[in-house]
Amino acid sequence: MDPSKTPNRILEARNLGFQYEGAEARALRGVNFCVERGEFVLLAGPSGCGKTTLCRCLNGLIPHFYPGVQEGEILVDGSNVTSMPTSEVSRKVGYVFQNPENQLFALTVEKDVAFGPENLGLPRSEIRERVDWAMGITGTTELKNLAPYELSGGQQQRVALAGILAMKPSVVVMDEPTSFLDPVTAEEVMKAVADLRLEHGITVIVVEHRLDLVCRYADRIIVMDSGKVVADGSVQDVLDGQFDQLTGLGVGVPRVSQLWAMLKRDGLVSGQTPKVVEAAAEKLGGKLST
Amino acid sequence: MILVEDVSFEYPSGRGEALSGVSVKFEPGEFVAVMGENGAGKTTLAKHLNGLLRPSSGRVLVDEEDTRRTSVARLARKVGLVFQNPDHLLFSETVRAEVAFALHNLGYAGKTIENQVEKTLGSLDLTRYADVSPFLLSGGERKRVALAAVLAWEPEYLILDEPTIGQDYLQKERLRNFIVQLNSQGKAVIIITHDVEFVAEAKPRVVLLSKGRVVGEGPADRVLSDADKVASASLVKPQIAKLFDQLSRFGFPRDVVDVHRAKQLLEDRLREVSVHV
Repeated sequence: MDPSKTPNRILEARNLGFQYEGAEARALRGVNFCVERGEFVLLAGPSGCGKTTLCRCLNGLIPHFYPGVQEGEILVDGSNVTSMPTSEVSRKVGYVFQNPENQLFALTVEKDVAFGPENLGLPRSEIRERVDWAMGITGTTELKNLAPYELSGGQQQRVALAGILAMKPSVVVMDEPTSFLDPVTAEEVMKAVADLRLEHGITVIVVEHRLDLVCRYADRIIVMDSGKVVADGSVQDVLDGQFDQLTGLGVGVPRVSQLWAMLKRDGLVSGQTPKVVEAAAEKLGGKLST
Repeated sequence: MILVEDVSFEYPSGRGEALSGVSVKFEPGEFVAVMGENGAGKTTLAKHLNGLLRPSSGRVLVDEEDTRRTSVARLARKVGLVFQNPDHLLFSETVRAEVAFALHNLGYAGKTIENQVEKTLGSLDLTRYADVSPFLLSGGERKRVALAAVLAWEPEYLILDEPTIGQDYLQKERLRNFIVQLNSQGKAVIIITHDVEFVAEAKPRVVLLSKGRVVGEGPADRVLSDADKVASASLVKPQIAKLFDQLSRFGFPRDVVDVHRAKQLLEDRLREVSVHV
């Protein structure tokens, strides 16, 4: 397949494998998938299955920063990540780290958010505009004069996201972006990302253990186990067809889906698994009013 | 028992009180979740329980010892605190050395240390990583190593700051069973968390904190199904509670928060319905 003939394809992994230097086993093995421009993909799987390693491959941290042996290739917008300089990859793929402390370093929040656009060599007015926009969308404007280390984990996570959004990348990769956030803020951030995707056509890859937070927005789920892709499809299809496999791997399926699966096993309900509370309420309500 | 009495605290950097008149107690063998929004003061409260921070006013008593008059080193034997971010704690070359470190410091004998380390690694599903560098592990795994490093000396009160972050569902279940086991040995476990789904299933006593004040306290099903209380601490109701809000028009109770009770309640009714049809 020639990537130049598929202009809508933004990411492609071809038989991708990776083994960290000093590790005994490969962290990724024979990973294949394609992502179209504007897709919202949820990446799930048990702790230690290779999700973060895959994210690091997507933005060139592997192999440029983490030493090890890579196999296969990963293409971003048709170009091989391995042969692109990290600076070029980072324009295309923004990566929000699992641990925001590893990402923040400037003396103030505002300077931290401005760092990326400054390094893109943008005009001053454009930098100003992007910084204000990114802080506004992540609710970090009021923190702008504080030092990142003074902030709570949740605030740091939003600042890290603002710094990435200010780069306006084509792909945003977020590794458990809401883990430190309280539920209300987590929902706000997830909604902001989903809106960005719809308004600006950004491709979103989210690593998340808790499907309930992302199910509403993601149109696709890729499930990994022991470095391999074990499920890849629409969230609905995977919930309907591979439910037991998901729970067996420790993927945190939405509680309403779990409840439905339990009732279904006892023959009390049938049909598609609800992904969100509203759908479950409607389906059960329908049953109960008969 | 840990007694927090009318504690207020302000960080030297200013920005107002992080805790304002907080009174709460933690009994031996108890399982408590302290919940609240980002910046509510949860971690600040936790740091008061082992003397890392001392109240600006009010007092904290750990088994009747006032934390203002006791060293952190002494309190640490009793009160173990596992930080939110494991990287603040980890520094050793192997997981085994990491877990043994504090035991050496506390002056245990070689054989005891060895036994404690193996036991702790086993109970947290970490034995296979004993000789690996903690920094080669995933975020979720590092978090468990940090927990093991504190658990190894068996403190009477264990405080876990956001223990479910980065943990998959099976790991969370393991954590839950583990806490039950610690409780049955008379040890208190206090978790700081926003994970409403975890709390809905594990059912600890809940202390809600908002803007440095205690705004609610009670059993998990009651607190998490109370819309006003939940909103006051920037939490959301668990999915099952939201579902039962909508099903209350069929006569179901609203204080259902976990999947198993939900199933029991629905099962009977759905059977009746299918008989009638």
